[in-house]
Amino acid sequence: MEKYITAPITKEVARTLHAGDYVYITGTLYTARDAAHKRMYEILQRGESLPINIKEQLIYYMGPSPAREGRPIGSAGPTTASRMDKYAPQLLDLGLGGMIGKGKRSREVLDAVMRNDAVYLAAVGGAGALLSKCITDSEIVAYDDLGTEAIRKLTVKNFPVIVVADCEGNNLYETAIKEYAR
Amino acid sequence: MRTINVEEITRNVKEMCIEANHFLSPDMDKAMKDAEKSEEAPLGRQILGQLQENLRIAAEDMIPICQDTGMAVVFLEIGQDVHLEGGLLEDAVNEGVRQGYVEGFLRKSVVSDPIIRDNTNDNTPAVLHTKIVAGNCMRIKVAPKGFGSENMSRVFMLKPAQGIEGVKEAVLKAVADAGPNACPPMVVGVGIGGTFEKCALMAKEALTRETGCHSEIPYVKELEEELLKKINNLGIGPGGLGGTTTALAVHVNTYPTHIAGLPVGINICCHVNRHVIREI
Repeated sequence: MEKYITAPITKEVARTLHAGDYVYITGTLYTARDAAHKRMYEILQRGESLPINIKEQLIYYMGPSPAREGRPIGSAGPTTASRMDKYAPQLLDLGLGGMIGKGKRSREVLDAVMRNDAVYLAAVGGAGALLSKCITDSEIVAYDDLGTEAIRKLTVKNFPVIVVADCEGNNLYETAIKEYAR
Repeated sequence: MRTINVEEITRNVKEMCIEANHFLSPDMDKAMKDAEKSEEAPLGRQILGQLQENLRIAAEDMIPICQDTGMAVVFLEIGQDVHLEGGLLEDAVNEGVRQGYVEGFLRKSVVSDPIIRDNTNDNTPAVLHTKIVAGNCMRIKVAPKGFGSENMSRVFMLKPAQGIEGVKEAVLKAVADAGPNACPPMVVGVGIGGTFEKCALMAKEALTRETGCHSEIPYVKELEEELLKKINNLGIGPGGLGGTTTALAVHVNTYPTHIAGLPVGINICCHVNRHVIREI
């Protein structure tokens, strides 16, 4: 089913998303990948507050290539989500609305998605040029020194994703493969 | 004896890094177009269509096909009648990578130490493999390798008794474990034989073979065909979201090995299987 949503997303909106839905997102996304997650994790360990308010936000696991002149961003496709599995459950428990990446997630992450009425969305891996066209603005908001791994605030328009794991516990990676396995 | 100035190597490597990251080679391009026609899953076809659109945008607007513009793997076959002047070969290759990634707006994805992890900010160093061959020419192969698929690659040290069935099981296990993480449809490079490091290197080099070209050894060709069929029967499909196109090709290279061993290296590459070859 095709759906159009605005990010950030409330739990009410997340509950309407089901594994297999094709969703176009308009609004704000934050990027963070390995190094930024490690820092956020360490900050939380020390009892300090995160550099961004993650409540109801969608984190896009992505580190872009440099932007050419006059463009907001370079190539901007998803990176493998499982590398963030160690950090994701805690962020979801703190109110994160969902995550965009590609690839399998751990049981702990999927449980945290269900527990918090969140969502795990996949963008098409290796389609960074196409996806960059849906990003109209990009601004570094934290960890500038991390280069491509800095936290960026993105403004997106009709950014295409597919719901992989929903809050009811459905997982498209498991069900879709069975349909075509011979 | 022929003299080549290493500046020529730098210039070529620079251009090849930029070319590989914006234009898919004709063999891969054809494989991707064929896949869109044959894929049975509607969502799979939609994803393959998006990937076609992605390639068009990448080439027209000079935006890298994928934001992971890879670690630069460079194969050099150097004729033994070539004399190099103007500097050190390795420095010349790294200078080419530096210029290509900095001037070509490619992502800098290399850290100087695997544990300390400070970005080198110019994507150097390259991973360089050299081979001395006959003649007075030099063959340069640049294959920037993304790590979504690299992370899903494997080496299995099988027992000789496991034979070809053991090899098939190992490849299918690696591909099934990789699933959506490796950005399918993928190309699967396999190295059988040699030693621990030799099988991995053969698997890597197998990825740079013209996509879909088979081994000249009859049983290896049969193995490639059988594995491709079995991989596509796994149902993983484009983006790992179900379908009949999980791999575009399986390339197997072999080498003599020890009486006690059967090493198998499996190097998985996503659909952005970048390889550019030039001869100077």
